[in-house]
Amino acid sequence: MSNIYKALQERILVLDGAMGTMLQAYKFSEEDFRGERFKDYPTPLQGNNDLLSIIQPEAIKTIHAKYFEAGADIVETNTFSGTTIAMADYQMEDLVYELNYQSAKIAKEVANEFTAKEPHKPRFVAGSIGPTNRTASMSPDVNDPGYRAVTFDELRIAYKQQAEALLDGGVDILLVETVFDTLNAKAALFAIEQVKEERKIEVPVMLSGTITDASGRTLSGQTAEAFLISVSHIPLLSVGFNCALGANLLQPHLEAIANKTEFAISAHPNAGLPNAFGEYDETPEEMGEQIEEYLKKNLINIIGGCCGTSPEHIKVIANIAAKYKPRAHPSIPSQREGKYSTL
Amino acid sequence: MIEKDKNKNFKKASSLWGEVGEGRKFMRLSGLEPLILNENSNFINVGERTNVAGSRKFLRLIKEEKFDEALDIARHQVDGGAQIIDINMDDGLIDGKEAMVRFLNLIAAEPDICRVPIMIDSSKWEIIEAGLQVVQGKCVVNSISLKEGEEKFIWEATQIKRYGAAVIVMAFDEVGQADNYERRIEIAKRSYEILVNIVGFASEDIIFDLNIFPVATGMEEHRRNAIDFIEATKWVRENLPNVSVSGGVSNVSFSFRGNNTVREAMHSVFLYHAIQNGMNMGIVNPTMLEVYDDIPKDLLEHVEDVILDRRDDATERLLDFAETVKGTSKEKTADLSWRENPLQDRITHALVKGIDAFIIEDVEQARQEATAPIEVIEGHLMIGMNVVGDLFGAGKMFLPQVVKSARVMKKAVAYLNPFIEAAKKAPKSPKGTLYWKTADPMNYKLLLEHSKKMRNQPTEAESLLWKVLSNKQLDGYKFRRQHIIGNYIADFICLKMNLIVEVDGLIHQLPENKASDLERTKWLENEGYRVIRFTNKEVLSNLDNVLEQIREALAIPPLGDRGPIGKILMATVKGDVHDIGKNIVSVVLACNNYEIVDLGVMVPPEKIIQTAIDERVDAIGLSGLITPSLDEMVYLAKEMQRQNFEVPLLIGGATTSKAHTAVKIDTQYKNAVVHVNDASRAVTVVGDLLNKKTANAYVAKLKKDYDEFRTKFLKRGKEKQYISIDEARKRKYKIDWESTEIVKPAALGIQTLEQLSLKALVPFIDWSPFFRSWDLHGKFPEILTDKVVGEQATTLYEEAQQMIAEIVAKQLLRPKAVFGLFEANTINDDDILILKKPNRRKNVISSKVEKSQNDKVIFRTLRQQLKKREGIPNLALADFVAPKESNKTDYVGAFCVGIFGAQELADSYKAKEDDYNAIMAQAIADRFAEAFAEYLHQQVRTKHWGYAADEDLTNDDLIKENYKGIRPAPGYPACPDHLEKDTIWQLLDVENKIGVTLTESKAMWPAAAVSGYYFANKEAKYFGLGKITEDQLTDYSERKGIKKEHARKWLHPNLASPY
Repeated sequence: MSNIYKALQERILVLDGAMGTMLQAYKFSEEDFRGERFKDYPTPLQGNNDLLSIIQPEAIKTIHAKYFEAGADIVETNTFSGTTIAMADYQMEDLVYELNYQSAKIAKEVANEFTAKEPHKPRFVAGSIGPTNRTASMSPDVNDPGYRAVTFDELRIAYKQQAEALLDGGVDILLVETVFDTLNAKAALFAIEQVKEERKIEVPVMLSGTITDASGRTLSGQTAEAFLISVSHIPLLSVGFNCALGANLLQPHLEAIANKTEFAISAHPNAGLPNAFGEYDETPEEMGEQIEEYLKKNLINIIGGCCGTSPEHIKVIANIAAKYKPRAHPSIPSQREGKYSTL
Repeated sequence: MIEKDKNKNFKKASSLWGEVGEGRKFMRLSGLEPLILNENSNFINVGERTNVAGSRKFLRLIKEEKFDEALDIARHQVDGGAQIIDINMDDGLIDGKEAMVRFLNLIAAEPDICRVPIMIDSSKWEIIEAGLQVVQGKCVVNSISLKEGEEKFIWEATQIKRYGAAVIVMAFDEVGQADNYERRIEIAKRSYEILVNIVGFASEDIIFDLNIFPVATGMEEHRRNAIDFIEATKWVRENLPNVSVSGGVSNVSFSFRGNNTVREAMHSVFLYHAIQNGMNMGIVNPTMLEVYDDIPKDLLEHVEDVILDRRDDATERLLDFAETVKGTSKEKTADLSWRENPLQDRITHALVKGIDAFIIEDVEQARQEATAPIEVIEGHLMIGMNVVGDLFGAGKMFLPQVVKSARVMKKAVAYLNPFIEAAKKAPKSPKGTLYWKTADPMNYKLLLEHSKKMRNQPTEAESLLWKVLSNKQLDGYKFRRQHIIGNYIADFICLKMNLIVEVDGLIHQLPENKASDLERTKWLENEGYRVIRFTNKEVLSNLDNVLEQIREALAIPPLGDRGPIGKILMATVKGDVHDIGKNIVSVVLACNNYEIVDLGVMVPPEKIIQTAIDERVDAIGLSGLITPSLDEMVYLAKEMQRQNFEVPLLIGGATTSKAHTAVKIDTQYKNAVVHVNDASRAVTVVGDLLNKKTANAYVAKLKKDYDEFRTKFLKRGKEKQYISIDEARKRKYKIDWESTEIVKPAALGIQTLEQLSLKALVPFIDWSPFFRSWDLHGKFPEILTDKVVGEQATTLYEEAQQMIAEIVAKQLLRPKAVFGLFEANTINDDDILILKKPNRRKNVISSKVEKSQNDKVIFRTLRQQLKKREGIPNLALADFVAPKESNKTDYVGAFCVGIFGAQELADSYKAKEDDYNAIMAQAIADRFAEAFAEYLHQQVRTKHWGYAADEDLTNDDLIKENYKGIRPAPGYPACPDHLEKDTIWQLLDVENKIGVTLTESKAMWPAAAVSGYYFANKEAKYFGLGKITEDQLTDYSERKGIKKEHARKWLHPNLASPY
């Protein structure tokens, strides 16, 4: 597992691109989502992409493989919504462990195949931990700003279950991503710390926030730097931003944190901003040019794509990333972790 | 005052703690925004009012679940400068956990509160944990300790770490609370070691509360309470790396409850010493703090004796002394005795003193007493403002005070406006008149029929008058006849001007309405109408006279708007962005009862002309700071003439002059043109111009004055002698390039600077121009004690300090800079060739090395042409750079600094009707820009270029330009051509790098910006170009590749015969 630290010192690591965009191309129907197993399930299941890891595992594996082929070092598991909280929409809370476990397992299988083929370039799997569909520090009810639809403990428990399943399935890294409410992320980090303590293991953790718009703040109102400070209490493999913005608009926020942290810096921006039809139409070359600006400025250790990006985008990005040195950052995972757990 | 005091204390503290070596880590906290300590950090003030144990009011609000008001307390603290807010819900009668969660959740929905970090304060772990679970930012936990043993301590610390918070550790262990020096150290050391070595807690996230206990209690064992704390603080900061030390200060003076004078002094003395020894945060009630320097010497001595335990009888002596100061305790809250005075006195007082705290209350009372809300403005407020005007006119009030008065006035008017608007909605019932009460809605129909009848049966006089009033015949004013107003029918009315014309006093109203003409007129006037009456005879026999009277009545603005005595349009001309002066003039005029139509900055001439027409303004004021603005003003004068304007034109702004106004503008416009160079003159000038009786004579006098001035000026221009540019080049300044020192910059190329703290710039501020911008003249710091303006200057200075502290604390302004240092040589006498990238070949800039054009930039300089005595050179900036022929590689630099955010800040104040602080914000931003330029120049001299690495200059030296090398700016005397800014922009890619842009007139945006060149040679000096002649203009335009007429436009202030 320490391979990832070594790789990170040597080169800029490339993360994969969008999963959802790739799945859209399959045009799976309600029946395709249900498969034999959930033929008679009481709720509609179309759109529950995480479920496809169980029902259509070949599609998921193919997508992972395409990204690895394109040059990705790390793929994300198909588990963005894999918590009891997010799965409540489909009444599939009980399936959460299996979804995460299977998703991790198939991703790792693909990664192992590629590592075997190209031992000089080991491939990694990051267990994707999404933000859930609830916010812990904002009220969904405008008339009652003090109300909360979810508590820290509910989030912590849900995240803990997801993290455990992902680790059991064999992921190398946990990726807490698309953080629009820092308090949700803190609950995830708390859960991960508990798992680490209980299992007496170390797990590299990537954390990626989302700056929602031109205001330069997260949805819950923090500036990029305030966000960084709020999540820096846990030793992270990397911190960065993804989603919501295209590469060029993300740059100032990366700059805002890059020289303020000892963690590695990651970014996986969208392929531009959505057009009038809600589609992302930035070409790989266009996106690549913007990404190259990051690299010229020495901002990045891990780079990939979010909404609207495809293996073509990742290929271009990987080619560009190969030309540059990674941003310098201290190599050792933080030694701050206490000795308490070993006492 | 408090801010200032803190800064002062902090400076001393930072000098001690700033010297700690490399590898030091600093606490970082966050709300929505970061709070980061560094070696220069100020004392962090923790807001303490949201604490049920410390504030009875807050406890009551929480008990009564008045969370909105409780939030206001939190907001007030943040607005008041608290950098962290402490929240404590430990009270036996409330559910602390629930209250903590509820309140923190509510705070999370208030961005103006939760932008600062939260301190979760409780003695109960379950409340602390509940709090940690609802706050997204990095908090501080207050507090944990070893009181109940290591196991609990470790467990809690581990949880806190996992929640991502910093922690306050009380000096408390299983034995008890640390109450002497040794115990404090012992517990702090043990706690630190457990936290860092066992828990793995980040050392910079540890804050020790070393227990502040009362002194002067009379008990021998309490004598060293303060000094032990202070010494333990020193030990902790020196021996436990990266930690902070905090405490609740008011405890120390506990035994002097009831004697605030002594308590405040004790707090200040204690803090002064504790901060010097490393206490870097704490809970301090700012209203219970005296300024250290302001403590009377005798009291200070007695208090220091006690705090520092300097004498055995210190306590007794202070107790005795305290008796003598008891009762003289000065109220921190202002003297409110004026609130006992009659209403008008109160309003006048508020306006004169600029106090806005009670104005709404007073104005509301006045409104209730008045028959119409407009009377409050015309009466109470104008009476007050007249006093302000008189005092200002007599030199007894100064500009900043007047602007504050205006702020109060605006607030009052903003409050009254809705009432005035509501009152205008006619028809309306006359208050308290019986006949209206009996009227029914049918009245309108009856009136309508009646008026139709009257229209068809006009009297002879009415017919005649209608013939001349109908169809906008009278000066374009539209009149209607037999118009229904309330219960009346007016003979003729001009609705736009609210003017009613009645003929013969015939009562055209319903028979049952018995109101007399007088009552009726009164009612109409109450509703905002003016009524003039003529008899039939007057109309029939002397129609001309009647029309003249109607005209005069129309010329007076309508009653409802009678407030202003004139309407002035103010604008900063196209291409220019500077508006501090304009804003000040606007405010001063507004105070003197003029209505201001402020079009802002960069206003195109068409818009000025059109607005002037639409708004029927009485005068136009134009402002500009940079040279091209002068042309805009000339253009506007021409346009005003072409469109037959008659209103006066006022000219102001740093670049304008009486000479230019007289020679270029006055000649273009037949009506009044006045150069107004300071705000205090604006009122009298406008008053004279708009006063019907005196205006003609005044304008005639002005015209004559300008004519004479012009003649003299033009003559004087011709008396000077100039030499040809060729001759001037022969007389260039000669540096011995063989012997002079040329230092190669430590770093060639372009660098940007965006992460700089504003705090670093504060020491570089040159204050004198700040006071000038407020029309207070004198040199800083002497101006603060000046006999005439000293008091006002001091107030202004203190308020500026407060705003600076706020700006720094909240990072409201953002400094950005780009600069570059390059290889360069002078070519062809007056041009400086810059190589963007260093030349690889060893031997200077050789013409053989033809680099791509992009890599080369040429600065064009201008040369003095005034004929001088033999031996005195004719300078150009190019003289300070080694010429190509010398075969030496020389260097020059260029820079641009900008302060971002000033406009937004000013706008936020303007939105609150607070022009005073809006202007203050702009003036401060300007100072920051200049300070930044000074700072950057110093950095360049000592570091980046490094030619003066060992210089050691005070701010005063910097202001006096005692440094080596110069940084002249395009548009200023040595290089007056603003177009050269384009070259700098191209060279440094300024716009892309830091976002400072140039307008079409080459003004920089944001306006608080400075750009220029760096010349390092020790012989380089500032000079003024003076005037140049046609031959250099021709030569310059050819070198620059622009049309001569274009060059003339930009350089005309420097042309010996420009006109």
